[in-house]
Amino acid sequence: MYDFNYHRPASATDAAAARKAAADGVYLAGGMTLLPTLKQRLARNSDVVDLAAAGLAGIGRDGGTITIGAMSTHDSVATSSEVQSAIPALAALAGGIGDPQVRNRGTIGGSIANADPAADYPAAVLGLNATVHTDRRDIKAGDFFTGMFETALDDGELITKVTFPVPAAAAYAKFANLASRYAIVGVMAAKTGDGIRVAVTGAAGNAFRATAMEQALAGDFSAAALDGISVDADYNSDIHASAEYRRHLVGVMAKRAVGEIA
Amino acid sequence: MNANTTTTSGIGGSVRRREDSRFLQGRGRYTDDINIAGQAYAVFVRSPHAHARINGIDTAAATAAEGVVAVFTAEHTKDIGGVPTGWQVHSKDGEPMAEPKHPVLAEGMARHVGDPVAMVIAATRRQARDAAELVAVDYDPQPAVVDMKAALAADSTKVHADLPGNLCYDWELGDKAAVDEAFAGAAHVTKLDLVNNRLIPNAVEPRCAIGDFDSVSGEHTLYTTSQNPHVIRLLMGAFVLSIPEHKLRVVAPDVGGGFGSKIFHYAEEALVTWAAAQVKKPVKWTAERSESFMSDAHGRDHVTHAELALDADGKFLALRCSTLANMGAYLSTFAPCIPTYLHGTLLAGQYVTPAIYCEVKAVFTNTVPVDAYRGAGRPEATFILERIVDQAAAETGVDPAELRRRNLIKPEQFPYQTPVALQYDTGNYEATLDQALKAADYAGFESRRKQSAAAGKLRGVGLSCYIEACGIAPSNVVGSLGARAGLYEAATIRVNPTGSVVVLTGSHAHGQGHETTFAQVVSDMLGIDYDAVEIVHGDTAKVPFGMGTYGSRSIAVGGAAIAKAVDKIIAKGKKIAAHLLEAGEGDIVFENGAFKVAGTDREKSFGDIALTAYVPHQYPLESLEPGLEETAFYDPANFTYPAGTYVCEVEVDPDTGRVTVASFHASDDFGNLINPMIVEGQVHGGLAQGIGQALLENCVYDADGQLLSGSYMDYCMPRADDLPSFQVDTTVTACTHNPLGVKGCGEAGAIGAPPALINAVVNALNGGGHPIAHLDMPATPQKVWAAMQSN
Amino acid sequence: MSEQITVTVNGDTVSARPAANTLLSTFLREELGLTGAHVGCDTSQCGACVVLVDGKSVKSCTMLAHQAAGTNVTTIEGLAGDGGELHPMQEAFRDNHGLQCGFCTPGMVLSAVDLVSRNPDPSEGEVRSWLEGNICRCTGYHNIVKSIRAAAKVMRA
Repeated sequence: MYDFNYHRPASATDAAAARKAAADGVYLAGGMTLLPTLKQRLARNSDVVDLAAAGLAGIGRDGGTITIGAMSTHDSVATSSEVQSAIPALAALAGGIGDPQVRNRGTIGGSIANADPAADYPAAVLGLNATVHTDRRDIKAGDFFTGMFETALDDGELITKVTFPVPAAAAYAKFANLASRYAIVGVMAAKTGDGIRVAVTGAAGNAFRATAMEQALAGDFSAAALDGISVDADYNSDIHASAEYRRHLVGVMAKRAVGEIA
Repeated sequence: MNANTTTTSGIGGSVRRREDSRFLQGRGRYTDDINIAGQAYAVFVRSPHAHARINGIDTAAATAAEGVVAVFTAEHTKDIGGVPTGWQVHSKDGEPMAEPKHPVLAEGMARHVGDPVAMVIAATRRQARDAAELVAVDYDPQPAVVDMKAALAADSTKVHADLPGNLCYDWELGDKAAVDEAFAGAAHVTKLDLVNNRLIPNAVEPRCAIGDFDSVSGEHTLYTTSQNPHVIRLLMGAFVLSIPEHKLRVVAPDVGGGFGSKIFHYAEEALVTWAAAQVKKPVKWTAERSESFMSDAHGRDHVTHAELALDADGKFLALRCSTLANMGAYLSTFAPCIPTYLHGTLLAGQYVTPAIYCEVKAVFTNTVPVDAYRGAGRPEATFILERIVDQAAAETGVDPAELRRRNLIKPEQFPYQTPVALQYDTGNYEATLDQALKAADYAGFESRRKQSAAAGKLRGVGLSCYIEACGIAPSNVVGSLGARAGLYEAATIRVNPTGSVVVLTGSHAHGQGHETTFAQVVSDMLGIDYDAVEIVHGDTAKVPFGMGTYGSRSIAVGGAAIAKAVDKIIAKGKKIAAHLLEAGEGDIVFENGAFKVAGTDREKSFGDIALTAYVPHQYPLESLEPGLEETAFYDPANFTYPAGTYVCEVEVDPDTGRVTVASFHASDDFGNLINPMIVEGQVHGGLAQGIGQALLENCVYDADGQLLSGSYMDYCMPRADDLPSFQVDTTVTACTHNPLGVKGCGEAGAIGAPPALINAVVNALNGGGHPIAHLDMPATPQKVWAAMQSN
Repeated sequence: MSEQITVTVNGDTVSARPAANTLLSTFLREELGLTGAHVGCDTSQCGACVVLVDGKSVKSCTMLAHQAAGTNVTTIEGLAGDGGELHPMQEAFRDNHGLQCGFCTPGMVLSAVDLVSRNPDPSEGEVRSWLEGNICRCTGYHNIVKSIRAAAKVMRA
């Protein structure tokens, strides 16, 4: 790691101020991606602003909404009784991220800000029609993920919490890369107040909604309704999975997620 | 063996390991745990190109950077010899193999991604790394050659300028004419093309080396993550740095796994040793994992065409194989012998195949050097044989177990001379086959296939009957085949005056539990308390000599050397006892830890004899030296031949192509067992690596020679949830030619498992309506899915 | 000069001023001499460096020393009792041959302690799944799984 200044502000406001004051600052949430990146000298930042003490952790339910503080760990989401009862698919998704040690440190805010194309949370944010709250504004899920490792966040903008409307039903099915354990394809299917949503992660540059599937499911919410639907996307291709194989897996995982609900 | 064989701490007891106490409390002492006062840290600048001319290296900025002690390039290491090769193979035409220089730092040309180009030494690791980024290398990238067939073309890019066609050697073994004749008369011929995938060993401890130099005594010390410190001392001292043995100490302390990758002498070891004397400070280097991926020797990487001829009754008539073996960019220490003498000689397997012919072309490419990895040559041979036998069974409509049974060497045929040089001393292959089939309920497979089908899964069963040649090796035999070293082992038994025993062994342990197993052997043979025996290994200053640990040789060769030294102790003890008991030496027997006058109740305990040897007041000083310490070198008369049958069942998810291992049964014959618990553990670990090769692990280069599987993000290490619980058992035919009757168990799992897996996957697909003849490893979900789409 | 941090390590209060870019693993190994946490990779996957921070298993190679300020860190050196008696998890690994070269062992043991603290009676599948973040190249995991379940049984009693 290159040298940097370390800050541990006691509030989100102080964090934003520290970040703003830095020449080339970066927020440190769980650090599960940032620290390996710094360690391998793939990034060089003048300042690292640790959000651990900024008061951004915590999970609560308010009527039909689950609110998850940005610094809530995957483990806290997975084991939260409120999440488990309101959106079991979200708890299960969080419980399947990385490995136990990643889940003990990694956070929802860090994950979605990083917007790894193979991360699990983007499927949940998009599939459950969540809202990403920052220190500046609220961003609808559909507007948040803009590209590979790219989001709608402006420089220095800080995610404070994510709110999930409680769906009528939802399920997440993931086909993991056996080496990295990230998603080769992950599909969140949900019956929400906003209609049927099917969100795909891992398959392309960023998470996206499979609208053809959503339309088919709106008429007949069953795995069989997805027969023959091939989702068009700009599929990733690598040594683990070709674009063709990913396209196929989107169909398989979508059916599994839907089958779990239907 | 004496009567103590029945006690739990003697031979045959599953003694809990004594080394675990330190490992479980974080008190192991691995090389990176060692820090020497005043040490500096080395970081290597490595080529990012697979093939690049080095026009110049500007080290000025790096040299001027904070904390930097020195920056070395090939310009400074001109007087250092190249990294040597320990085995010379000759081609069909009698010519010796091509042996291009392997410089410790690239000399004008980088030949693989990761080839070290410069060494930066600084006061701290961070400073060394900072400065390494300031070394400006003027690379002129050249076309790289990665594919072996392409490399052999006359117009291919040359990895080494003076070597057209990139051919290291073109070797053959067996009677080609006899094989051709057998094929001409065959009722059936099965043909198969196979790839044995390149693997990266990935011991969890990265390599580490610390050089130290005492300018007063002129003594060099190297602490290193090695499986064989004496071999490193010999190779590095004699061929690389020209340091005589008495001025060079090599210490391999606790080592976190090796699997072959820590046998070899690596440039970094020589460089830290040399540099410590240059900069007059201890110099420490610890690999980062991403560095390990591109600098530890890789394994396997064979491409083979094989043909098996059968008669009308399904009896094997002949086998012929033509293999391309990747050497990488340079010859690693034992690379040349892996695809030849550890591969071609194993192609008889457990079968009576009257004629076998094998030819191997070894090829240089712009990739990391390839050398021994757990099994080393024998997994490749076993994969060919056990795949083609299965395919022959499928083509001729004979049950795979039945076809194997028809061709097994029968117990009464031992010693059995194969047509590929080896003579098997003993075995009972049908017994292990029967035991495995029964334990795995092979007969009941169809009902399990139906159950899986009902759950939407394709189930398959696969067999593998492997043999391996272990206990490496008779020195005169390997010498005649090109080895540049003897392959005996050495041991010293030092009996202390009060009767406790220190064993100095040349066999290094890096997970195998020698401190426990060897103590069991010695305590059993001497009839003394297990806790009174201490095992010392891994330091050339303590242990007289050793050839190290590889090829499942520790108990068969190292253990035999210990047994031989113990015999010498007993023989001397008898002389002392005869004097004390006023009896003839011939009348003294040693039983249960006591020297007795046969047929009387007169005896002296082992402790009495030890004390007398060191306090020789009543002692035959005119004919016998005081003291009780004996050294033995044991040179094996033959290889040992562990063998077994593995039965594996898999389930394939037809939607995704994902293969899961439903069950795995291993029946092995390792001869006598010293510690069955440790033996089982060795089998488990080997199976995990074999299953890893078959289903998960793959080293991938792109056409430009960039390593695509360069971290655990892309190189799939087997995890706990990829593997089943294993069922293992053993049969015993004792080795006939070593004192303990042992054969070795370290590599079996990695040798026998891959074909069992692939046979099971092929069986599952065939049974599920996807007729395929073969699937190359690893059978990843994508590959299996694609095979189902096209068949 | 970096800011001072205070960490409780194996019951002892430690105050130090590690550089901001010091990893917890480096701090433990090189500044405190606790070499039981091993570093086996640089992508946060092998788990040889696992320690407990406030009772939860974390990869000490993927945490800054400064992030551990104010926490309670347990390394493998601190797991045995004051009198030197092994923790049931250590004892079970010894008794079931759950280790070979020993390099992954400290992380494996501490990860398992975290598992059993949450799930006193894990099934074989739960143990295997939990160990996703711990790579062992020697044992094939068979005896590790056996060790953890045996320890859980002792710890339940």
